[in-house]
Amino acid sequence: MNALKKLFGGNTRQFGMIFALVALIVFFQIFTDGRTLTPGNVINLFNGNSYILILAIGMVLVIIAGHIDLSVGSVAAFVGVFVALAMRDWGLPWWAGVLFGLLLGAVIGAWQGFWVAYVGIPAFIVTLAGMLLFRGFNQFVGKSNTIPVPQDFQFLGSGYLPEIGPNTGFNNLTLLIGIIAAAFVVIMSLRARAASKALGAEVPELWVEVTKLVLICGAILYATYLFATGRPGTSFPIPGLILAVLVLIYGFIADKTVLGRHVYAVGGNRHAAELSGVQSKKVNFLVMMNMSVLAGLAGMIFVGRSTASGPFDGVGWELDAIAAVFIGGAAVTGGVGTVIGSIVGGLVMAVLNNGLQLLGVGADLTQIIKGLVLLAAVAFDVYNKSQGKRSITGLLMKNFQRNNDIKPDETTSTKEVISKEA
Amino acid sequence: MTTLNTQGEPILLEMRSITKEFPGVKALSNVSLRVMAGEIHAICGENGAGKSTLMKVLSGVYPYGSYTGDIVYQAETQQFKDIRASEAAGIVIIHQELALIPELSIMENIFLGNEPTKWGVIDWTEARKRSLELLARVGLREDPDTPIKEIGVGKQQLVEIAKALNKSVKLLILDEPTAALNESDSQHLLDLILGLKGRGITSIIISHKLNEIEQIADEITIIRDGKSIETLNVKRDGVDEDRIIKGMVGRTLESRFPDHEPKIGEVFFEVKDWTVGHPQIQDRLICKGSNFFVRRGEIVGFAGLMGAGRTELARSLFGHSYGRFIKGQVYKDGKQVNLRTVRQAIDAGLGYVTEDRKSLGLNLLDDIKTTTVAANLRAISNYTVVDTRKEFTVAEEYRKSLRTKTPSVEEGVAKLSGGNQQKVVLAKWMFTDPDLLILDEPTRGIDVGAKYEIYGIIQKLANQGKGVIVISSELPELLGLSDRIYTIFEGAITGVLDKNEASQESLMKLMTSARKAA
Repeated sequence: MNALKKLFGGNTRQFGMIFALVALIVFFQIFTDGRTLTPGNVINLFNGNSYILILAIGMVLVIIAGHIDLSVGSVAAFVGVFVALAMRDWGLPWWAGVLFGLLLGAVIGAWQGFWVAYVGIPAFIVTLAGMLLFRGFNQFVGKSNTIPVPQDFQFLGSGYLPEIGPNTGFNNLTLLIGIIAAAFVVIMSLRARAASKALGAEVPELWVEVTKLVLICGAILYATYLFATGRPGTSFPIPGLILAVLVLIYGFIADKTVLGRHVYAVGGNRHAAELSGVQSKKVNFLVMMNMSVLAGLAGMIFVGRSTASGPFDGVGWELDAIAAVFIGGAAVTGGVGTVIGSIVGGLVMAVLNNGLQLLGVGADLTQIIKGLVLLAAVAFDVYNKSQGKRSITGLLMKNFQRNNDIKPDETTSTKEVISKEA
Repeated sequence: MTTLNTQGEPILLEMRSITKEFPGVKALSNVSLRVMAGEIHAICGENGAGKSTLMKVLSGVYPYGSYTGDIVYQAETQQFKDIRASEAAGIVIIHQELALIPELSIMENIFLGNEPTKWGVIDWTEARKRSLELLARVGLREDPDTPIKEIGVGKQQLVEIAKALNKSVKLLILDEPTAALNESDSQHLLDLILGLKGRGITSIIISHKLNEIEQIADEITIIRDGKSIETLNVKRDGVDEDRIIKGMVGRTLESRFPDHEPKIGEVFFEVKDWTVGHPQIQDRLICKGSNFFVRRGEIVGFAGLMGAGRTELARSLFGHSYGRFIKGQVYKDGKQVNLRTVRQAIDAGLGYVTEDRKSLGLNLLDDIKTTTVAANLRAISNYTVVDTRKEFTVAEEYRKSLRTKTPSVEEGVAKLSGGNQQKVVLAKWMFTDPDLLILDEPTRGIDVGAKYEIYGIIQKLANQGKGVIVISSELPELLGLSDRIYTIFEGAITGVLDKNEASQESLMKLMTSARKAA
């Protein structure tokens, strides 16, 4: 147990979550007679949850900053229908449609960010209003109809990496990405380790590092194998690719940039941040705006996948995204959370959903189980804190957020998670 | 049955050798207090002397068992386990921060937690009748239905007293009751306390305003460094302000400061006519046309009692981060500078270490290295990407040079002791390389050893040619550290004394009166 903990950075929370995810996957793999870890199911799972995971990326930043966004489902639906209409009625090509959708998301986000940051209305209220507003706009603009989107736009939600190169029996591009990812993880880990050592910071023992890398790479390569050997015509899905890119970008922003630092600072102690020269209003504005941009993207991916935009797209998404973030270790009071944790949290929910479905468990029981899982995950956290080790938990959280100097750890865990999930 | 003292007067309350310890600190040590029935008894002492702690022991905020010593009240030994128990015995405390709910009406506040009921339902007719009586007794002419937020602080104070009267109070404790009031409201309140005395209600009043104490108190107990020093009878002993001050500060100065040869240069920072309004209360000023200057290499002290406006002055200067700016100019190196935002202030070369480390100075979720660079991320980032190696190196440098005790700079700041937390905060501001560093209570909640180290750091900064402003409630600290000391009273600078002409008595005099020294 101790050795395992060491392997995952000595962090009970992170360890617990990844452990739970792996345990879930193993459990379902056994009880579904191997139907969980098949290429078809894994690809399906990804396609069906990528938009929630994308929302979770934006949501974790909002929650770290100490807010919440209830409007994401409605914003996604509104952007989806508007883009579908723009392409049908104004004849926009698919790429212009995407740009238009992102821009629309930004405008909506600016609207909500203005009220939250500059007027000072709690985000709960602003986005509750937004939830009603943009749901209404969706149905008003789309006249509550279903609006189909063109074939090439559907690629966004249901496309796969193309087949290129010699016939190896695998999807070559997927294979290539998998190998690059594994190599990237190894190189960055070792470089960061060397750098930390040079600075005199603590580094884990070598065997820990090596075992960790072997496990991660094994997981990445196994996932690659699954994705590359699917039904002909399928491979690593485009939404998964978009998600992976976003996780990399946002993980980097949250962890390594001044803006990311400011988000944590504002959420952790707004007054202290302001007295250190952080412009908290600007930070809050950007965080809210970013959320709506990502919601717009999620909406477009969903529309692409379901081939048409409808009046009830995105109902309840906000709750799934928020649940993912909290299962992923964010604190309701702000200042704590990670992009990667939220993705793991989202995957826990997704695997649970998928596995229960495979087992033929009804929607009623599935909801009950998911509700209990959310409660249990957060209760675990609260219990840890109530042990009078608030500061220690804080420290653990910290480790989780910014895994010391090991720069690509973000990447690492993402891939690791994705592969474990597979 | 009542006990009598040697003069044959009845004793209402006697606290005997009360000792109260917090982890690492002895807040009260063998404190005794004897209050006669029907008198007004004042408790005086510097900030942090232990006055409020003593009152919290008395009122059951710190329950029986968490302190040692006896409380004898109405000739019986009492073991209050919470505030309700002490209130049941007729002891009511009115805190400095009023405990009223702004959205509720006067009447609802008076009866909060004590509602008159008829079969479990609140009897508003009765409540109204009684609140009208109570308001009449405290001399407040307001409709009981008026929300608390619509009346001024002075009237709110009266509502608090009405609330206490409703609990059939025998011993009323007022903690800094006039701190937030203007002169006429204060006078009204003092008259009311005298009036209550006429009706047999005993009061204990804690106040920094010595003139008020002189005016209304019968006896004064002076507390210093957690010990009761003396009890003076105002009439019998012929007590005046100077006498009280002597008791409050009569402490020997130990050599608690590193040796320091000041190298003072020319004036480089100057504030003129700095006037700032209270953030909420429309026509109250928290800084009244303050003028002061700082020379290079100089440590300038700001002395003032709690609530005098020292912190308010510092924070309003530091990017207008407190209060409503009204007017005033700041000159640095002869040029006028704009300090409208914290960012501008930092860029202009100011740094501010807050008095409230936990709620304003630190993000307790952060680790040491993140905190060290938090105010100057620019210096360690390329194109807004933080260079975590530089971050580590910088934090490590400050850890070594300030001798912060921690296993590593990756440790969470919440785990550090007060002194080490303060070093991290100092490191954060030193890393911004300020020309003027404002330190607000830099040694609050820090043990003696760490204090000495912090003094050393402050002196080193001054030797580098920086200006340092030190705000402190501890006069010995200011006297030991500063080259020059300004005194503040009720938002106005009342004087400035050079190191060699300043003494605790001379400072205290300027800190407790509106007399202009110069």
